[in-house]
Amino acid sequence: MLEENGISTIVIGSAKDIVEYCGVSRYLFTDFPLGNPCGRPYDNTSQRLIMSQALAMLSTCDVPGTTIDTALVWDDSASWKPNFARVDDDNRAELLAAGDARRAAQADIRVKII
Amino acid sequence: MGDTTPVGYMQRTREYYAAHGYDKPYVWAHFDDVPFTPLAKPLAESKVTIVTTSMPDASYVKKQRRFHKGNLHNLPSGFFTDDLFWDKDATHTNDINSYFPAQQLTAEVAAGTVGSLAPHYYGVPTSYSHRQTSAVDAQAVLKSCLEDQVDVALLVPL
Repeated sequence: MLEENGISTIVIGSAKDIVEYCGVSRYLFTDFPLGNPCGRPYDNTSQRLIMSQALAMLSTCDVPGTTIDTALVWDDSASWKPNFARVDDDNRAELLAAGDARRAAQADIRVKII
Repeated sequence: MGDTTPVGYMQRTREYYAAHGYDKPYVWAHFDDVPFTPLAKPLAESKVTIVTTSMPDASYVKKQRRFHKGNLHNLPSGFFTDDLFWDKDATHTNDINSYFPAQQLTAEVAAGTVGSLAPHYYGVPTSYSHRQTSAVDAQAVLKSCLEDQVDVALLVPL
């Protein structure tokens, strides 16, 4: 909508599959855990680098739907990747209980409104 | 070196919410055609804004998340992010510059790379309703950007 009205945009973020599935004009991807799309917390170097690459992409990119990877790495182990929103036999009952509790709370709110 | 393949968030999210007992999978927005506007003028002459999915405070996420328009030249020390689906085990959002790049943008303005900061920034809530985002919140961003004569928007979802 902004692009259709003459405003150039760039998405700076980490959920690569979701952003690319959506389709955006320009996308600067960093393979970090969700939450820090603009750089590692308290790390001026990665924060300035991401901004610099985003501005460079705005100036040079002329193909809609282009993705550029900043090539920054969160850590060598990448142990955060399998851990995020993990579902396995160790937490399956706990997750279902959390869902049940949330549904009960929402039903309670609906009853109070009615 | 660990796994360098990006996380498959769509599949991961489907499985996570199914495990919570939700049987209706989320439907992500998808567009076959993507509009594209080349820079109308050099960045050094452009006015730039920021759009975030974070909110000013917890009151903005009660019942239904609300659109927010704020002063890009007078920012809080942080935004409310607790309700968003970011990786609370691996990282944190205590440093606003890690998810809202106003300080970095200000440095680029001072260096002459970017023309100026726009007067306003925008908090656009994540929403299950695509219509709410497209027909209501995006329209509000557009209207304000046109009033402010913004040239570029940095879209920064958490």
